[in-house]
Amino acid sequence: MGKFIVFVSGMLFGAGVTISGMVNPMKVLNFFDIFGVWDPTLIFVMGAALLVTLLGYQIILKREAPRFAPSFRLPTSQDIDAKLLGGAALFGVGWGLSGFCPGPAVASLVFGRMESIAFVIAMAAGMILAKQIQKLQQAKVGHTSS
Amino acid sequence: MTEFTPLAGLLGGALIGFSAVLLMGGYGRIAGASGIFAGLLTLSFNAEFSWRFIFVIGMLIGAAGSGLFFFDVSSLAFNGGPLTTIAAGLLVGVGTVLGSGCTSGHGICGLSRFSKRSLAATCTFMAAAILTVFVTRHMLGV
Repeated sequence: MGKFIVFVSGMLFGAGVTISGMVNPMKVLNFFDIFGVWDPTLIFVMGAALLVTLLGYQIILKREAPRFAPSFRLPTSQDIDAKLLGGAALFGVGWGLSGFCPGPAVASLVFGRMESIAFVIAMAAGMILAKQIQKLQQAKVGHTSS
Repeated sequence: MTEFTPLAGLLGGALIGFSAVLLMGGYGRIAGASGIFAGLLTLSFNAEFSWRFIFVIGMLIGAAGSGLFFFDVSSLAFNGGPLTTIAAGLLVGVGTVLGSGCTSGHGICGLSRFSKRSLAATCTFMAAAILTVFVTRHMLGV
C-alpha cells in the first residue's frame, strides 16, 4: 500500500507540473523576466502548492508516524552555510539559463523533445559529480579528524 | 510571450501540493524532485532506490496522461542552443545536490515546514534565476 501511495503521489506531481505549464521552459523564463515579457503564472503555481502543503503538513505532522511507513524522514540540518547558498545560487543560474528545474525537466521527458533529454542527462552527470565531490570532502574531513 | 494562465497555474500548483501531502502522510518523505531523482543515480538497488523509482514512474505517467488533455505540447519552447542546455543541466545537477534541494524540496516542502535553510535556499535560487534572465535577455540580449 505504501508503494501505491508513492505512485499516486508521483502521478499527482507529474500532472501538477504539466497542467500548471511548468514543463514549458519558456513559461518559467518569462516568469523570471520581471522587467520584460513577464508571465506571473508561477506565482499562482507556487502559491497554491504552498497553501495545500502548509495546511496538509499542519495536520499530518502532528501524527506519530505516516500511514504506511515507520516514521517521518525529515531533514535535520539547520546550518545556513556556503554549501547551501552556493549550491542554490548555481541551481538558480542553471534554472535561469534553461527554464528547467529538476521536477518539470524529468516530467517533460514524456514529450520526447531532444532538449529535455539532453538537459536531464547533463543534470544527472552534474548530480553524480557533486556527490563524488561530497564523498571526497567527507573522506578528507574524516581523515584529518581521526 | 507566453499566455498568463492563472487558473491552470492554481490547479497544477494544488496538485503538486496534494502530491507533497500524500507522500508525507502516506510514506513520510519530502516530495523533492532533485533528491528523489539523484537517489536513482546509484548502483545499490535497495528500498531507498525503489520508492524513488516508483515515484518517478508515477511522475512520467501523470505528465503523459495530463499532457494529453490539459497541455498544449506544441507550446513547448526552449531557450538557447545545445551548449546552453547542457551547461544549465550541469549547473542544476551540481547546485541541487550541494544545495540539498530544488523548487519542490526547498520551495514547497521546506517552506511549509518553516525551515530557515529552505527559506534561505529558495530566496537564493529565485534571485539567481531572475538575475540570470535579466543579464542574458536585457544586458547580453541573447
